[in-house]
Amino acid sequence: MKIEIRRYHPHFEPKSIFMSYEIPEGLTLLEALEHIKSKLDSTLTFSKGCRSGVCGSCAVRVNEKEVLACEYRVKDGDKIEALKASEVVRDLIVDMKKPLETLKKAKSYLLEQNIVSMDEEDEKMTKKQSDCILCSSCYSSCPVFETNPDFLGPFALTRNYRYVVDKRETKKKEKIEAILQNGIWDCTLCGNCTEVCPQGIDPKTDIMMLQSWATKFGYQNPNIANFGSFGLDF
Amino acid sequence: MIYDVLVIGAGGAGLSAALSAKEEGAKVLVAGKSYPTRSQTSMAQGGINAVLSENGDTIFSHIEDTLNSSAGLADKRVVEYVCKEAPKAIKWLDSIGTPFSRENGKIAQRKLGGSYAPRACYAQDYTGLKILHTLYDFSIKEGIEFLDESFLLNLIVEENRVKGATFLDIKTSQVKQILSKSVIVATGGYSKIYKDFSTNSSHATGDGLSAALRAGCRLSDMEFIQFHPTALKKSSVLISEAARGAGGFLINQKGERFVDELLTRDEVSRAIYNEIEKGNEVFLDIRHLGKEFIEKNLPQERKLSIIYEGVDPLKEPIPIKPAAHYTMGGIDVDENLETSVENLYAVGECANAKLHGANRLGGNSLLEIVVLGKFAGKNAAKSAKGSVVEDKFYEKTLMDANFIKGVFSFPNKIDFYEKRDFLSKIFYRNVGVYREEMGLKGVLSVVKQMQRELSFMGIKDKSPLYNTNLIEFIEFGNMIELAETILVSAISRNESRGAHFRVDYPQRDDEKFLAHTVTWKEDGVLCADFEKVKN
Repeated sequence: MKIEIRRYHPHFEPKSIFMSYEIPEGLTLLEALEHIKSKLDSTLTFSKGCRSGVCGSCAVRVNEKEVLACEYRVKDGDKIEALKASEVVRDLIVDMKKPLETLKKAKSYLLEQNIVSMDEEDEKMTKKQSDCILCSSCYSSCPVFETNPDFLGPFALTRNYRYVVDKRETKKKEKIEAILQNGIWDCTLCGNCTEVCPQGIDPKTDIMMLQSWATKFGYQNPNIANFGSFGLDF
Repeated sequence: MIYDVLVIGAGGAGLSAALSAKEEGAKVLVAGKSYPTRSQTSMAQGGINAVLSENGDTIFSHIEDTLNSSAGLADKRVVEYVCKEAPKAIKWLDSIGTPFSRENGKIAQRKLGGSYAPRACYAQDYTGLKILHTLYDFSIKEGIEFLDESFLLNLIVEENRVKGATFLDIKTSQVKQILSKSVIVATGGYSKIYKDFSTNSSHATGDGLSAALRAGCRLSDMEFIQFHPTALKKSSVLISEAARGAGGFLINQKGERFVDELLTRDEVSRAIYNEIEKGNEVFLDIRHLGKEFIEKNLPQERKLSIIYEGVDPLKEPIPIKPAAHYTMGGIDVDENLETSVENLYAVGECANAKLHGANRLGGNSLLEIVVLGKFAGKNAAKSAKGSVVEDKFYEKTLMDANFIKGVFSFPNKIDFYEKRDFLSKIFYRNVGVYREEMGLKGVLSVVKQMQRELSFMGIKDKSPLYNTNLIEFIEFGNMIELAETILVSAISRNESRGAHFRVDYPQRDDEKFLAHTVTWKEDGVLCADFEKVKN
């Protein structure tokens, strides 16, 4: 069967074209890419790692939807492309610098080291969110970047939320303050991120939860015209 | 720019080392060939050992279990240090936000094979992933500087003292030097020599070990390679020991159990290999554990089995085989984790700290990377204090730049991808759970031939931009360099011990071999010797 891969090299003309490859049946997409590289075309460039869905290296788009190459079974006629919203370096490889910088901006870590007694209920609060593998699929699927390249994006917000609701976090307000600008109010709640997450994480709901945390701390959605109210609570 | 501590490798060991070096006030850089959260640590599932309360379990038992598993090749002082520090390490991981699983208001613990009591702390079956990501988050908080997508070529050493390292910038294929007063190698193991017969990430090509070997370091106990009993039959993707710890059965196609599932990994692996050699098929059966338990405690195993084997473990037993999983051998270090080159440290799977000896106890590798990672960081930061590195362009950097230029013009008459596949097959067959002299010597001659042919191999991709063909070629070069050390060590050890089982010498021979196998290079020639265990 055949698949098509969007090749990209900034020094070539044209820079980008779809190329077609004949591959055996029954492979995962990562196995197919490996097959092409070692047998057909050594110039094909892609990232790989654990090949078992935990390292987040191999996310790409198949037929315009984000998947982990290692978990996806190839179908005849599939069109494979690099992730969106990040700079494509070559073929299926994107530069992770910009997406990863959002983690720092969103203060997605415990602000102060702390030990408290936690039970299974406390563990459940962050269990799903902490399954994140930073594959950046959600980031690629997010339409907000087309209008606001500085948006923090789904995974950084989910990770911020993961620490906001962590029982060990004592500075929840400071955490919320880190995601007000280019953060929770910029999300359109389209749900693309939730749909593509290979780990079944639901950033959309996490962002809605963060919005209500923000409201609790007295911050309001600046996008909603607020005549007659007294505006932000300082 | 001269750093105090350069950490090479950004997995759990590298991050722990970087954080503790920074805590000591050192200027730290972490350089790696990928990104931190993409490292091998993310794949660890089972747990991290620590005795959290002396109620039913004791630190003494943890020490005993580790020593038993090591078959005489662990250093008792190292084992004691790590086991005693273990509870503190868990406390630290907890304090920075690691989302451990909980039970009755405490960190939950489960029993892994070879352990006397349930002492592996876990985070569902994502223990490594969650520890690694928490370490990464904490590193961002602490402002650790990262240099990603930089491939280690060589260590810069003058007068037996490390000055830094040379890296290939993967994005540009440019060679650059990074200077540092101390260097910590934390680049992971070498299981990927077994390629499709290994549970490991494709990154586990032993780059740090071969760089260290070229830099004059000694590698020790390289023949000890742990095979995990339960890798998926088709893909070698790992099904965690947690499945057996929780009561999973190993059965053949007749439904017969043939081994005690909780023996050490080498014993279980050999039992499975025997069944397969008899023409039987082997399965891991967890159906009796029930849907609720599996969904709660083994969700990843279930998912992996469905994706890679097409089998739902709720309904059917999982087809499995043993696969190369963990390499006990590594860069030889002293009790401070320093190599024979001054100010050069090694930690984690790439190092041999003599914690695991001839066989590693499940749950001790995550423990090693945190406890010894921190220890290495601290020691490297201290030794950086009295050290001076001259800010100049080192000759090594020029040599490596010329080498890379040369690779672009290698004739590429022999396909290294084919050789890489062949190497993995003959390794699994002859340097696997069973070894014997003839087979080992045969593989050695093949490896020597591959080394001679290397400059007739080469790359087809001639672009300097993000050239993964080039990276894989250099990785292959590293692997055949290490393959020789493994073979020479395995041929020299005429006995069976831990993970090293010689069909022609099935007995353990303490009189001759209660000793570490040491290999090093002199003028490019590999030398080997044994060194008696110090105890």
